Amino acid sequence: MNPFSYARAADPADAVRLGAAPRAAYLGGGTNLVDLMRRNVAAPATLVDVTGLPAAIEERPDGGLLIGAAARNTAVAEHRAVRERYPLLARAILAGGSAQIRNMATVAGNILQRTRCPYFYDVASRCNKRDPGQGCDAIDGHNRDHAILGASPACVATHPSDMCVALAAADAVVHLRGARGSRTLPLTELHRLPGDHPEIETELEPGELITGVELPPLPPGAASGYRKVRDRASYAFALVSVAAALRVEHGVVTAVRLALGGVAPKPWRARTAEQALLGTPADPEAFRAAARAELAAAVPLRHNAFKIELAERTVTAVLADLAGEAR
Amino acid sequence: MPRTSHAFAPVLGRSRDSRPIQETERQVDHIAMRVNGAEVQVSVDPRTSLLDLLRETLQLTGTKKGCDQGACGACTVLADGERILSCLALAVQYAGREITTVEGLAGPDGPHPLQRAFIDHDGFQCGYCTPGHLCSAVAMAAEAARGVPSGVTADLTADRVVLDRDEIRERMSGNLCRCGAHNGIVAAIAETYAAAQGEGA
Repeated sequence: MNPFSYARAADPADAVRLGAAPRAAYLGGGTNLVDLMRRNVAAPATLVDVTGLPAAIEERPDGGLLIGAAARNTAVAEHRAVRERYPLLARAILAGGSAQIRNMATVAGNILQRTRCPYFYDVASRCNKRDPGQGCDAIDGHNRDHAILGASPACVATHPSDMCVALAAADAVVHLRGARGSRTLPLTELHRLPGDHPEIETELEPGELITGVELPPLPPGAASGYRKVRDRASYAFALVSVAAALRVEHGVVTAVRLALGGVAPKPWRARTAEQALLGTPADPEAFRAAARAELAAAVPLRHNAFKIELAERTVTAVLADLAGEAR
Repeated sequence: MPRTSHAFAPVLGRSRDSRPIQETERQVDHIAMRVNGAEVQVSVDPRTSLLDLLRETLQLTGTKKGCDQGACGACTVLADGERILSCLALAVQYAGREITTVEGLAGPDGPHPLQRAFIDHDGFQCGYCTPGHLCSAVAMAAEAARGVPSGVTADLTADRVVLDRDEIRERMSGNLCRCGAHNGIVAAIAETYAAAQGEGA
């Protein structure tokens, strides 16, 4: 691991000041960044520890929640309001990592974690995300775990978070603070698609800090959930995951939020499927047709064509479950 | 064969931008923490993991280095009672915290009840994963007692978690045993904590 200096931020303003140093990186729980540094994939010169920053989960006047960026993943999943009002988020967090990792990992760190593409991690492989312009060894390599939506000829890596899939479905808004002040951004607009620049993963300005995540209320009367399909029963990244909220009235879909994980370079909000579902009868045929509409844009690689049907089936199953709950 | 001599620069390696890494670039942090109830003051390079601090500096070698990348759970210790992976924890981040390792589990009357149960149920073969399993399970039981749900908990809003085998297996999935002693491990945990819940073994 390269040498670095370590500083602990006292408050958000202090963090942003320290984060302006050359090659500085914010450090949350370290579950991803420390591993990347040990493998020489990341080599920051300064680590700004932001785990001492606000971590409270506050009730909002509109019935939503504001989650401090330094809240540990476990703290979010066990919070009474999250368990009662955002089951999709509690389920998504509990599907990610292991208990030890959830105890360490922060909300902001989860959002900004890097892909687990093995070619990104292996410094002997070519990777446009790690070393821009080098080429991509995943496109012609072993790409079973890679993206079918939103990828580019430069990069086919997926975003690995479970939590972010639920946040995308829940219309979460990320609170940011930088040298030029504070602003907010919908989570669905925070991560970028790779295009020609897979090394640029978010819309964050250099040194900009995530300070919180705001959850508006889900549509009243909607049931919500999260399902993750993976190679092991526990402690594995998603092949496909689905976060959804669904409201059914008199047999008709009157509100729906849908997002996919494991299939794209960012948490994938499935707006095409949502449009297809609104106002349709809440039955498996309609659910499958909506899933097909979303996945019509899918481009499979050599080893991951199975993800298209897997995603269609998982979306259909999750919506059918929620329709049953909502009745 | 004749030997050729080379000019030799006393560098420790090369950083990512090819600058030689010099000794003078190293920062040393002085930190204090409590480990198994005792105050500890040490000087550490900020690159030092909590795992290496415990094993190499404090000679607490009960905590094991398995994968060193957060995949196996052998390095699990408790920080203020919460289970964490000491291999992915920078020691400097844990200044001021209370760390408990497997060496700190036993009480004045001998081994922790869970340690006795591991012996009774053959909860190990080679024993390498055992310290991590023990620390992990102690904290797991505390999580369940305060109502933290898991990925297999049917009712997210339930106040009380019943630690049946499915719950234990899911909650312990971050600890791997290459010898395959998981059945004994689950039995030992179930006996220790299901009994404490009034469920019987």
